[in-house]
Amino acid sequence: MSTTHVRPSAVPISVQSTVAAEPRRRSSNVILRLIREKPVGALAGLVFVLFVFCGLFADVLAPYGFNQISPIERLQPPSAKHLFGTDNLGRDLFSRCLYGARISAIIGLSAAALATIISIVIGMFTGYLGGRFDMIGQRFVDAYMSFPELVILIAVVSAVGPGMFQIIGILSLVLGVGGSRIIRSAVVSVRENMYVHAAQSIGAGTGRILWRHILPNIMPPIIVLFTTRVGAVILAESGLSFLGLGVPPPTPTWGGLLSGSGRTFMFQGPWLALAPGLCLTIVVYATNVFGDALRDLLDPRMRGSR
Amino acid sequence: MSAYLVRRLLALIPTLFFASMIVFVTVRLIPGDVIDMMLSQNDIGADKLSRDQLLAALGLDKPMPEQYVRWVWALLHGDFGKSLWQSTPVLEQLLQRLPVTFELGMLAMLVGLAIALPIGVYSAIRQDTAGDVAARSLSILLLAVPSFWMGTMVMVFPSIWWGWSPEVNYVKFGDDPLQNLKQMMVPAIVLGMALSAVTMRMTRTMMLEVLRQDYIRTAWAKGLTERLVVRRHALRNALIPVVTLIGLQAPLLIGGAVIIEQIFVIPGMGLMLLEAVNQRDYPVITGVFLVVGLSVMLINLLVDLSYGLLDPRVRHR
Repeated sequence: MSTTHVRPSAVPISVQSTVAAEPRRRSSNVILRLIREKPVGALAGLVFVLFVFCGLFADVLAPYGFNQISPIERLQPPSAKHLFGTDNLGRDLFSRCLYGARISAIIGLSAAALATIISIVIGMFTGYLGGRFDMIGQRFVDAYMSFPELVILIAVVSAVGPGMFQIIGILSLVLGVGGSRIIRSAVVSVRENMYVHAAQSIGAGTGRILWRHILPNIMPPIIVLFTTRVGAVILAESGLSFLGLGVPPPTPTWGGLLSGSGRTFMFQGPWLALAPGLCLTIVVYATNVFGDALRDLLDPRMRGSR
Repeated sequence: MSAYLVRRLLALIPTLFFASMIVFVTVRLIPGDVIDMMLSQNDIGADKLSRDQLLAALGLDKPMPEQYVRWVWALLHGDFGKSLWQSTPVLEQLLQRLPVTFELGMLAMLVGLAIALPIGVYSAIRQDTAGDVAARSLSILLLAVPSFWMGTMVMVFPSIWWGWSPEVNYVKFGDDPLQNLKQMMVPAIVLGMALSAVTMRMTRTMMLEVLRQDYIRTAWAKGLTERLVVRRHALRNALIPVVTLIGLQAPLLIGGAVIIEQIFVIPGMGLMLLEAVNQRDYPVITGVFLVVGLSVMLINLLVDLSYGLLDPRVRHR
């Protein structure tokens, strides 16, 4: 999984033998290398881990229930008792943001993972098999990419209805098809390598070649694709929730906290407009920075691309 | 050039076919009970006749391939169907809304370029300085700030601090161009900031690449000023690939417009889509979906063609 593989095609043969001993030593130290070479990226990674932790243990960490109404404490500004203040029903915004982290973490991680798997399947088959199959596949992806993600999401949600599982399914499908391009181009660059031809000539099946020879060698772009997907999914989910098409209330989501009934009270309690947006921005920012740092470490050829 | 145009247009056919399939299949996902819901909302009563009528109105009573062919045939004749609630042709509504979103998109694009180009160029000619690092951080930050949050803050804070809030009663450009522009400026800035992030990165990357070319070294060797080298020699060449970004960003722009139009109550395609989704007005959803896809394809086609005009090195045979 974490093998930082050096592509033979990129390295002159004479250098290969000296490099060959390296991967194991380097790969075991990805975290150390990250801290040493990319301190900002490591910090961003820490923020990301913290976010997942908050999401996992929201019910332990939250001082109040996410739907605990307390009319006397309505619209209180941030204080020691209510870190982020309270909303129009006296619900603690800090607790609600923590539970919002849970939704973002669940949807972000699972939809990004599914999307990456979909990208891998489409990208590997179109990229490796090539020919007419690839051509038809690419025209399909072309057509797909002409539709803005958000517009597809809105149209599909309008058909299947809102809800956590629908959102995860739709997001992973939409982002998965889009991301298949990146995997495809990685496969195309690996496909003509000597070891693939060698495997073909000893009669290895397509499945075996894809699984044992192609997949391990396109791991760096896959990891990078996954990390950038997490941020994209979190943003897309919050956008849908903001439009009232995401996970339905009373479940608090970061996008949902910025919309709906709370909006009219933001003029009396501007902190209502701040906390959820800040949480979102910080988490997505951290995920993107972390993803960039990982990309620079794992796949220097992709530097500067997005 | 004309041969290239023909080839490019031919390549568009399969893409159009798949796009129409995507729209068709998505709308066909409507489960049966939604039709019942529409019936109950419509107060027609759920008797057999009206159910059949509704199925017929949606064209759902025919076999799938026939439905598809009929639908495409109608589209080719400019028939996008009728709205279920307003009983006006969808095409008529679309033609009213499209220019509004188009204007918002153009303004946002201009704002995005106005932010991205100077910062991107600066960041490239001062590579690895503190300014460059700050500019790069800014572009990653802009990617992370959701436009609906920025829009919300623009609505809330100026109103609290200065009692100013963006105008939400939309004025048509034709009626009062100045008032319209004043109104569109704030949403366009919010949308443009989100767009500028990617353009900024791209400008920086392309500038860095161009600055390493031989003709730049020659320009320096001639003793030209930095201003001349950057503006006349480097920027002009670096900007060509940035133009392609306009095509790549078109989906992002239209997707962003949906949210921005909702926040600032601008009656464009995005608001039309959201209204249609809330009313489950499927012919309208289909129409918007399709027109959005077609617009993106058209923009990409134009960008591809303009590429040859902008860059004499890439003349198409």
